[in-house]
This record gives sequence, structure tokens and C-alpha cells, in this order.
Amino acid sequence: MQDLYREMIIERYKTPHHKGVLEPNDFSYEDDNPSCGDHIRIDIRIDEDDRVVEALFSGQGCAISLASADLLLDSIVGKSLDEVKALEKQDILDMLGIELGPVRLKCALLSLKVLKAGAYGLGETEDNVPVR
Amino acid sequence: MTDKRERPALDSEEIKKDFLILGREVHPGRSLVYLDSAATSQKPEAVIKAMDDYYWRHNANIHRGIHTLAEEATALYEGARAKLAAFINAPQPEQIIFTRNTTEAINLVAQSWARVTLKAGDRILLTEMEHHSNLVPWQILAAEHNLELDFIPVTPDGLLDLDAYRVLLKHAPKLVAFTHMSNVLGTINPARTIIQLAREAGAITLVDGAQAVPHMPVDLTALGADFYAFSAHKMCGPTGIGVLYGRRDLLEAMPPYMGGGDMIKSVSLRSFRPNELPHKFEAGTPSIAEGVGLGAAVDYLSALGMEAVAEHEHQLITYAMERLSQIPGLRVVGPDLAHKGGVASFTMEEAHPHDVAQILDFEGVAVRAGHHCAQPLHDKFNIPSTTRASFYLYNTPEDVDRLVDGIYRVKETFG
Repeated sequence: MQDLYREMIIERYKTPHHKGVLEPNDFSYEDDNPSCGDHIRIDIRIDEDDRVVEALFSGQGCAISLASADLLLDSIVGKSLDEVKALEKQDILDMLGIELGPVRLKCALLSLKVLKAGAYGLGETEDNVPVR
Repeated sequence: MTDKRERPALDSEEIKKDFLILGREVHPGRSLVYLDSAATSQKPEAVIKAMDDYYWRHNANIHRGIHTLAEEATALYEGARAKLAAFINAPQPEQIIFTRNTTEAINLVAQSWARVTLKAGDRILLTEMEHHSNLVPWQILAAEHNLELDFIPVTPDGLLDLDAYRVLLKHAPKLVAFTHMSNVLGTINPARTIIQLAREAGAITLVDGAQAVPHMPVDLTALGADFYAFSAHKMCGPTGIGVLYGRRDLLEAMPPYMGGGDMIKSVSLRSFRPNELPHKFEAGTPSIAEGVGLGAAVDYLSALGMEAVAEHEHQLITYAMERLSQIPGLRVVGPDLAHKGGVASFTMEEAHPHDVAQILDFEGVAVRAGHHCAQPLHDKFNIPSTTRASFYLYNTPEDVDRLVDGIYRVKETFG
């Protein structure tokens, strides 16, 4: 369990590589973790081949949720939107390299939830498409 | 570090022995320090045994059975109601309505009394420090019936602004609903004053006593509240049972909340006559074993004495505040000790509450992290969440020391 706060996670939490806001962006999405009031926003820029060129997150959260967000955004730069949509829970757990109980799993997966909601929104043509 | 202790009001080392769970190791070499009693308290052996004994020896459905078990079960369940009435000094046991929990008790008042009494444009006065359970039922009702909600503000030092309250009363609210003790700030509100002012303004009062009844003497005759709600599980009793106390004339006039068995006097195909109090509000088979457990919890607390419980918690929070205030970067929200019960919610500069709670758990210390079902209050203080340590009759100054040691572990990890 103590592995939860291994150096890599604390480092990512304290000095993230992808923290900030992208304006303008190609899509932006935000959501809350209702159990703790944490909030994450993710902004993405893509190129004409629908590949991620830049990805930043902002908001507040615990070390697990913010380190997950940073690692996740690191991993998607250069990926296509289809590859982003195919990301799963296990991909996050592999990046973190730790086991999580059900409560902390919500922390770890908040950024993936936000990212995928944004990515799916981008492909839609309805009126409720998130900011583009 | 515990040499500054006053003479303890309770012998918590002895009391701990009544709670088998407190002897548990939660991680290898880390015995449990339970500081999450504001969420739910642990249960003493006497309560668990009373419920066991009920199921082993007396289990039957209550009220209409003629056989021995049914009579025993009815006597145990109604005996618990009588014990509770005495415990909170309610004039009559029939004024004690058993519900599932505090939340259901508040919803009962909203859906029965308020739904038929309040008209479009009427105002309900709440406070900014309410638990979601004393906010959302009123939001639902207000949306359906076009009611207006007002809020007594919380001052920066975590107290209700009584001057603002007096002004808000001039808008003639029909109901004033407030918490007796904040589950986040620990603020013990001046319930008697608030109720008296409300009455003078012609408002009905409802008090959320979920954090008060477990921790201090509560005398409903002296308090004069029209409605008062609380839960068994925070006062050494089981989950699944709570209490609504109500003024008799109000309860008599209110329509039933739920329909079904036990709440009727007679039923025909197209109509029914409601039963008398308290059964009118207790449709269906209730939580009988839980009622018995609650009765045992009342016996347990009465034997210790609620004055002593309150004094013990005051000693603990005093010691905790002294030690927490010496930790750099740690900030406790809420009022000074004169207005505070045994709750310390805090933020740390270095770490998020989830991480604080997680590292404390590695050390065996159980606390809660989040907004504690009081999101608007956290918004008011401009913090997304806090770590909350809450104390009860089985906690000791050594538990506070273990909390503080754990907080230094957080600082090492994030330092």
C-alpha cells in the first residue's frame, strides 16, 4: 500500500508536465468527483490528422488524481483520437504502477473520464458538443 | 505529550474494552485509532448483544401478534421508544417516530407537514452550514411548490450570524430548519435562542440533531423545538433506525408520509383511516432489531452520563486543537473551543485531504476526507474539501497523539 506514494507519483503531483490551460483549444471538457468535490478540466489541441499535439489539465485534486492526469496526458501526445477513445482503466493503472481500492480508483480515473467525454464530444455533431 | 491532561471525565481506556473493533489491527503493527465517529460511531458489545439476543430469543413481527414472541418483541421495541423519550426528555413516547435515519426524518417533515402547510411564495429559512440532508429535501419541495429558501450566513469564524438571522426573520419564514451541531466545523449552535426567536416570529422549527444527541445532553422540553431529527448509528446504535421527534399537535394534524401496514386503523377498498401516533408514520414492518439495539445504546450512554461524554469530548478537542495548532501549514476550520464540539476539520498546505487520510490510514488512523456532505459550506470557506478527525467517548489523548504523528508522516511524504 505504501507504494501508493512512490517518488514518481509525488514528483508528478508536485511538478506536473502538463498543467495549465490551452486557449484556444480544439476541445475542452471538465467534470467533478462527487465524493470529494475535486474538479478536473482537460484542454486538447489536435492536428489535421486528428492527432493530439498538446494536452493540458487544470483543477484540483489529490496526488493520485493529479498524477494520473499528468501521466495520462503525457501518454496521449502524438496519439490519434481513436486511440484516445480506446484507452481503458487498466492503461491508467499500468501507468501508475500501483493497485487501488474502489474509492481511490475514482480519483485515478477522473482524468480518463474527462478526457474520453471530451474526445467523444468532439466526434459528435449534436448541439451539446463541448467547446470546440 | 499527554501530561497536560485534566482529570478525565470518562475512563476511556476502560470504555475502549466495550468496543471489540477498537482492538483491531488495520495494517500489520498498526492498531486502529478510530476518529470518524461523526460519520458513524462504533457499537459497544452491549448493543450488538441486545440485537443478537433479540434474534436468537424474541424475533417476531410486532404489534398484532398474540403469541409470546410477538408480545416480547413488541415490548422490546416499544420499550426502546420509551427509553428514547426519557433520554431526550420528550413529554410522551408517542412523539418519537422511528424512521430509517435523520435524512428520512427530515424528509418526513418536508413531505408531510411542509407539503400540506406551505403555499407558493412561503419562505423556509435554513443555514449555510447544513448537511445535504437538511438542504436537498427543501430544495426538492421548493422547486415543486414555488417556495423561497433563505440562509442564515456563517461568519468567517464558523458561527451562525445571529444579527443576520434576526433580519431574515422579518421576512416571516414559515419554517426555520438548522443543525444543532455542524458536522464539519463542530460549531454547537445556540439552539434555544434560535428556536425562541423563530417562535416569536411565528415560524415552526426543525433541528437536525444528528451530531448533537450522541455527544451532549439534549432536553427537548427545555429546547422547545417543534421537530427534532437524529440517527441511532452515530450514538452507539445500529444503522437503519433514526428518530423524528415532533410536537404532538403538529404530528396529529399531519397526513401520513407513507402508506401501508401498521399505519392504518381500518382499510376499505377505496379508503383508510390512519392509525394513532406514532404508528401513523411507521408504515410496514420497522427495523425491530435495530430499535432494540438503539434502546441498548440509550442504556449505555445513560450509564456513562451525557454530561460526562460532553466534558470528555471537550477535553479531547481542547488537547487536539493545542497539538494541531502547532503544526506548520495546517489550518483547522471552525469556531473557538467555547463553541466547538469534538470535530476538527483541517487543510494542509502540502497535501490534499484524500492523501492525508490515506497516509493516516497507513498508520492505522481512520479519518474522513471530502466535503462531508456539506459542499456549500466548503464553497463558503473557499476550500474544496477537508480532512476531518472526530472524537467520541472511546477516544483518548493517545489517539490524538497518533493522529499528530500521522500528520507528520504526511509532511515527510510530501515534504
